[in-house]
Amino acid sequence: MSEVVLALHEVQKRFKDHAVLNGVSLTLRRHEVVCLIGASGSGKSTLLRCANLLERIDGGDVELFGQSLLDPRVDPDRVRRHIGLVFQSFNLFPHLSVIDNILLGPVHALKRPRAEVRAEALELLERIGLAARAEDYPDRLSGGQQQRVAIVRSLAMRPSLLLLDEVTSALDPTLVGEVLDLLTDLARQGTTMLVATHEMGFARDVAHRVAFLEGGRVIEEGPARDVLDHPREGATRAFLERVR
Amino acid sequence: MTSAIDGEPVPPDLFASRRQRLLAGRGGLVASAVSGVVVIGGLAAVFWLAPGGATMRYFFFNPHFMWQAFIGDPSKGFYSVGLGLLTNLWIFALAEALVLVVGLLLASARLSQSPVLFPFRLLATAYTDVFRGIPILLVIFIVGFGLPELNLGYVSSQSPAVYGCASLVISYSAYVAEVYRAGVLSIPHGQLLASRSLGLTHATTMRRVILPQAVRTVIPPLLNDLISLQKDTALVSVLGAIETTRAAQIYGSTVFNFSGYTVAAILFLILTVPMTRFTDHLIARDRARRLAGA
Repeated sequence: MSEVVLALHEVQKRFKDHAVLNGVSLTLRRHEVVCLIGASGSGKSTLLRCANLLERIDGGDVELFGQSLLDPRVDPDRVRRHIGLVFQSFNLFPHLSVIDNILLGPVHALKRPRAEVRAEALELLERIGLAARAEDYPDRLSGGQQQRVAIVRSLAMRPSLLLLDEVTSALDPTLVGEVLDLLTDLARQGTTMLVATHEMGFARDVAHRVAFLEGGRVIEEGPARDVLDHPREGATRAFLERVR
Repeated sequence: MTSAIDGEPVPPDLFASRRQRLLAGRGGLVASAVSGVVVIGGLAAVFWLAPGGATMRYFFFNPHFMWQAFIGDPSKGFYSVGLGLLTNLWIFALAEALVLVVGLLLASARLSQSPVLFPFRLLATAYTDVFRGIPILLVIFIVGFGLPELNLGYVSSQSPAVYGCASLVISYSAYVAEVYRAGVLSIPHGQLLASRSLGLTHATTMRRVILPQAVRTVIPPLLNDLISLQKDTALVSVLGAIETTRAAQIYGSTVFNFSGYTVAAILFLILTVPMTRFTDHLIARDRARRLAGA
């Protein structure tokens, strides 16, 4: 078994008196793709935001390469440089061109030389077929193109893992495919990913493991085909019936 | 009447009313011309034909007195309203530059998150509350008559115009700080999340992501405040600084004719109208851009 990259232990999160995560445990190993499935409000997004410290957790522990992120000596900004997060609504920076969106993190967070990162960024854009759009502003791109740029923006940080938060949910159905294709490519190349998604086909074909969340708990977890095709729990079965 | 709801479709009347048709196209042009002449002509007639119309025109709009007030004649005891405007101009220029900087500092303090900056956050909040709440005229009195009483060397030995300028900076910084802050808060939260997720610090996020976007939305309201600041330089006259309003007042009490005030008003309009037009132009352009983007 390869090295554990991210480990969540009994993570709890409350907003006011509403408990969103009730003790979630999950591990993500190097080169592994894990899909989080579950209804809206089951805690998928919150879980991802707790993993990169955008949200402070109320109980349990989060470890990156065996290092607890709750240690007071840990700098959240340094943690986030190793964990890419891609959002449902892209959140590209509208005042920056595509290339500058990608350069912002490496240049200003990692302090890497601009010219060097620029060459890498153009290569990444080449891979997603958008090199010609490097100087365009995000609002000139389609939703699918914007989301692929957002993924590349995360990749340019050379993260140890990618968190993806329902990255196709805001897209026109005709544009979903191009984003899923990119994720499939990344999975083949061994990118470590934790993917919250409603795309069951993608989960079945690409994920190594699937975890089903409900009421802020992992109800069922296991190899993708086992969970999706032969769910053990009634709740999982009921959910899969509804999304099918 | 029956309709599709009770299963009986009725051919609807699709024609515009007679009145609507009359006002469309060329008819509309004629209508606006006629209503323009009637309304504006009517207002002019009131001024022209009022019982005291002639007296009023003599005291406020007499070309001879207006010119005399404009060029001034210190040997006869009154100053040039035109030259007075130069004082308003430098007060405005200096105050504007300082207000933009001090306002930004205040807004940054209020928006800061570091625990170390807590006292600044508190002070900045108190400052904006207090100085948006006190009439500028009172601030001018307090600064203009208070600071000289302190006997604090340099601080207490400035000219009235400088105290007036300082008062404007004190008041307007509070307003401008709020404009900046509103601009920053108008940026969608996802922008902050995306930037922090890249591992950028709060300060870098502000500088590279939030502020560049906020500045664009903030320019029209900021220009509005600056137009207001331009006019409020007239308030400095209460300290005795001879700017354009004060010069007009002196002219009025020396020559017993108020045409100087009209001159001052026209001079202010010459300053402010281009800026209001420019602001409206920016607002229209931003709106067009937003509509195109949506």
